[in-house]
Amino acid sequence: MMPAAVETFERSLENLPVTFERVKSGAFQSAVESCIDPPAVGVPLPFDEVSLEESPVTLDPTSEDILEARTGVTPGGPSIAEYGTIVVTSAFDGSGYTSLFPKTHVVVVAASEIVETIDDALKILVEEIDDGLTSAYLTTGPSATADMGAPVYGAHGPESLHVIILGDC
Amino acid sequence: MSTEGSGDRDNDKAARIRRLLETTGSTVGETVRPFNEGRYRRYEEMQETEAYRTAAREIKADAIERLPELLEQVEEVVTENGGTVYVADDAADARHYIRGVLEEENAESVVKGKSMTTEEIKLNDDLKSTGVDVWETDLAEFVLQIAEDEPSHIASPAVHKSREEIASLFNNHFDLEDPLHTAEELTAFAREQLTDHILGADVGITGANFVTADTGTLALVTNEGNARKSLTVPDTHIAVAGVEKIVPSITDLSPFFNLIGPAGAGQDITAYLSLLTPPLDEPVVHFDRPNEEAFDGSSDKRSFHLVLVDNGRFEMRNDEELRETLYCIRCGACANSCANFQQVGGHAFGGETYSGGIATGWEAGVHGADSVAEFNDLCTGCSRCVEACPVNIDIPWINTVVRDRLNHGADPSAFDHLVSGLMPDDESTGLDRSKRLFGNFETLATLGSLTAPLSNHVVNFDPARTVLERVAGIDSRRDLPRFRRETLVDWFDAREPARIEDPIREAILYPDIYTNYVHVERGKAAVRVLEALRVRVRVPEVSSSGRAPLSQGMIETTREHAESVSTELEGHLEASRDVVVIEPSDLAMFRGEYERFLSADAFEQLSEHSYELFEYIFGLLESDTGTGIETLAGPSEECAMGAPASPDLAYHSHCQQRTLDLEAYTIAVLERLGYDVITSDVECCGMAGSFGYKSEFYELSMAVGENLKEQFIADETTDRTVVASGTSCLEQLDSLLERSSTHPIQVIDPGS
Repeated sequence: MMPAAVETFERSLENLPVTFERVKSGAFQSAVESCIDPPAVGVPLPFDEVSLEESPVTLDPTSEDILEARTGVTPGGPSIAEYGTIVVTSAFDGSGYTSLFPKTHVVVVAASEIVETIDDALKILVEEIDDGLTSAYLTTGPSATADMGAPVYGAHGPESLHVIILGDC
Repeated sequence: MSTEGSGDRDNDKAARIRRLLETTGSTVGETVRPFNEGRYRRYEEMQETEAYRTAAREIKADAIERLPELLEQVEEVVTENGGTVYVADDAADARHYIRGVLEEENAESVVKGKSMTTEEIKLNDDLKSTGVDVWETDLAEFVLQIAEDEPSHIASPAVHKSREEIASLFNNHFDLEDPLHTAEELTAFAREQLTDHILGADVGITGANFVTADTGTLALVTNEGNARKSLTVPDTHIAVAGVEKIVPSITDLSPFFNLIGPAGAGQDITAYLSLLTPPLDEPVVHFDRPNEEAFDGSSDKRSFHLVLVDNGRFEMRNDEELRETLYCIRCGACANSCANFQQVGGHAFGGETYSGGIATGWEAGVHGADSVAEFNDLCTGCSRCVEACPVNIDIPWINTVVRDRLNHGADPSAFDHLVSGLMPDDESTGLDRSKRLFGNFETLATLGSLTAPLSNHVVNFDPARTVLERVAGIDSRRDLPRFRRETLVDWFDAREPARIEDPIREAILYPDIYTNYVHVERGKAAVRVLEALRVRVRVPEVSSSGRAPLSQGMIETTREHAESVSTELEGHLEASRDVVVIEPSDLAMFRGEYERFLSADAFEQLSEHSYELFEYIFGLLESDTGTGIETLAGPSEECAMGAPASPDLAYHSHCQQRTLDLEAYTIAVLERLGYDVITSDVECCGMAGSFGYKSEFYELSMAVGENLKEQFIADETTDRTVVASGTSCLEQLDSLLERSSTHPIQVIDPGS
C-alpha cells in the first residue's frame, strides 16, 4: 500500500494542468520514452534502479541543444503532496535550464520522497541549502501567465509538465 | 494650499476618476474580481488560513522589530556566500550603486524581473539615460514598457490592459504583417522577443519577495519563469529589495508560501516558488557559442549584488502608525478586495509607485504626503481589505492616520469662516470644508432636527443644494437625509414605559445619529422587537460614536467622541446592561478603533458587552429563558410597516458587519422566522458613509453600486423585498433601485 502522502500528491496532480503516472522501476524505461517529444535533453537521475542512459535523451547537451530541445528530463527532490508541487534542485548539472527552456518538462520523483506540506519540504531543503545547494525551484504545474488577457500555459517556461512517480524508489 | 486650489485639485481628481471609469475601469474590475473570488474560495478551503495569517504576521512583526540585527546577519551571510550587499539610504543612492555595478561589468544590456522596488527608485529611466538597454521580461511589465504606461496594480501591473488592447499595441508597435489576436499568440510573440533579450543580456536585475537572514536565500514568487531566466542566463545578478523583505529563516517562509498565491490572484499556489542562495552554482551557459557543451562544469564565476533599499523604511519603522506597512508582502489583496479599486484601478487609487489600500502607507513612507493626498480619500474605511490581507494589516487605520496628518498639514491660513463656528472640533483650521462638514455630522443632525421640517426644505431646495455643492462638495444628485423633529430618544422618553415582567436582560439601545435623527422608525422597531423578546430596553442620550470624524481623518475629534461614549455608558455597563447597536459601522468602532482611544479596561468592557442588533436577537432566541420567536413578525404576517411586498428577501449586509463576521446572524434570524433570504456578495455598496455624497466621487460611488444593483434586479431577486443593515447602504439602494429598501428589523417588527 502506498503511503497517504503519495495518494494526496496524485489527487493534487489530478487537479492541475499536468499529466502523471506512477511506475515501478522496471517500467520506467518505456514510461519515459513514451512521454518524450524529441529532441530531448536530460540530467542524470540520482535513483539507484533507473537511469536515462538508454533513453533518447542527450545527457551532455550543447547550448544549442538546450534551445532546440522540445523536452527536458530532470529528477525532482521532495515533492509536496498538498499542492502537487515538484521541486527541482539545481547545481552544475544544469537542472535549472533543463527544466525551464524546453516546451515539455518531464520530472522524475521518488514516491518515498513525497512529503505532506510546504513546511515539510522547507525543513528538508534548508538542510540541503546549509550543505551548499544554491537553487531550489518549487514548481506547481507548467509556467503560466494571465497577463495577455486570458490564462495561458507556457509563458517563459514549459507549456506542459509530466510527472513520473517511481513507486518503488 | 488655498481652498480654491483644493477645489481645482478635486475637479482634476473627479475628471481623472470619470475618465478611468469610462475607459480602463471595466478591464480592471474584470481582472481583479476573479482574483478576489479565488482568494475567498481558497481562504475558505484551507483549514489553516487563520493560523497561517497569524504566523505570517508574527514573523513580520518580529522581523521588523529585529531589523537592524537581521540586516547585519544578511550582510554577513551573503558576503560569506560570495555575494555583495549594499544598503542604499535612498533611491538616488541605490541607483548610483547599481549604475556602478553595470559600469564595472561593462554592461550594455539588462533584463529585469518584475520589481516594484525598482519602480520606486525609478531605476529604468536612470539606466536608459546612461545608454543601457533595459528590458522588462515579466509579460505585464513588457506590455507596459511597450505602451510607455505605468503599473496599475502592485502585483499584476497590467490589470487595466485588455487582450484586445495588447493585441493592437503589439500589432502597431512591431508593425506586424500577420496581426496577433489570441492570448496564446500574444504570449508566444512576447516570449520570443524576450528570449532574445535574455540570451543577450549582460546583467539580470530582479526583486525578491523575501530574503532569509539564516542562509542569505532569496525567495521569488512568480508564475512565468522569466525571473528564473533573467537571473541565471547572465552571469551577473542584482537583486533589489526593500530592507523590510528580510525574515529570520527559510522555514519562516512556509505561511507566506501558503498565503501569497491565494491572496494575490486567487491561485492555490504560484507556479514557481524559487529559493535562490546566490551566487548560484548553476553553470553559466554560453548561448553565443552554440556547439559548446552547455554544462561543462566550467566555473565561470557568477557575481551577485543584493541592494537593500531603506528609502524611508527605517523612519517608517520608528513611526508607530506607519510601522505595520512594513509587514506588507505586496500581494495586492487589498486592491483586489476594494470596491473602489475594482472600478478605477491603481491609476486613480495609487500614488507615484504603489496602489491599492496599503499604498497610503507606502507612499507616505517613501515618497511623502503629496503623493498620498491625490488618492487617500478613495479609501472609505469599509475594512474589507483587512480580512483579505495575509498579514492582517489594519489598512483603514493607516489611511485614517495619514488623512489626519494631511488635514493637519493643510495650510492654517486658509481659515474657513463658512464652517468654523458651527463645527466644534479640535482639528486644524485648514481642514477641507467637506471633511469638516461630514466629520461634524452630529452637530448638523442636532441642528437639522431642531429646525425640522424647515431644515429639510431649506437644504433640499435647489439653490441651497447648489451652494452646498459649491462650498462643501456635496453632490446635488444625492438626496440628503431628512431630519426628524422627534428623535428616537424623544419618542422613547415620551412613550408609556413598557411593562416587561421578569425581563431576561436589560439593554441600552444605542441611539446612533442616523437612527436617532433620521431613521427613527427602525429604532422604534428595534425597541419593540427587543421588548417582545423580554428585554428591558433603555434609550438614553449617548454621544455619537465618532465614525463620521474618523472617516474624515479627524483623529482628535474621534478620540473625544470615544471618551464621551465610554463615560456615558460606563454606569450602564457596570449595572450589567448590554449595549445593542443598530448601525454596524458604530459597532465596528466599539469593537475595533476604540482600542486605540480608550484605556484597556474601558475598551474591554464596552467591546465585550456591545452587540449588533441581530447578533443580540439571535442570542436571545438561542437562550432557553427567552420568549419564543412567535412574538415576531414572520413572512405571512403584517409587520409594523404593513404587509411586506414579498415574503422573500434580498439582503445586503454591511461591509464592516461582514468584517466582524456578523452577517450570518441577520440571515439566521430571518430564516428562522421563515423568510427566504438571498444575500448580495459585493464588497461594498459604494456609499460608504459620506463618500458617495461628495461630488468628486459621485460617479465612482454609483459605479460601485451598479454591481449591487445588478444582483438585486436579477431574475431571482427582482421581486424580493430589499433589506440592508447599514444606513449608507439603504441610502445607496434607494438611489439604485426603483423599489424601496428597509432595515431588516422593520420587517420582523410585530408593531405595538
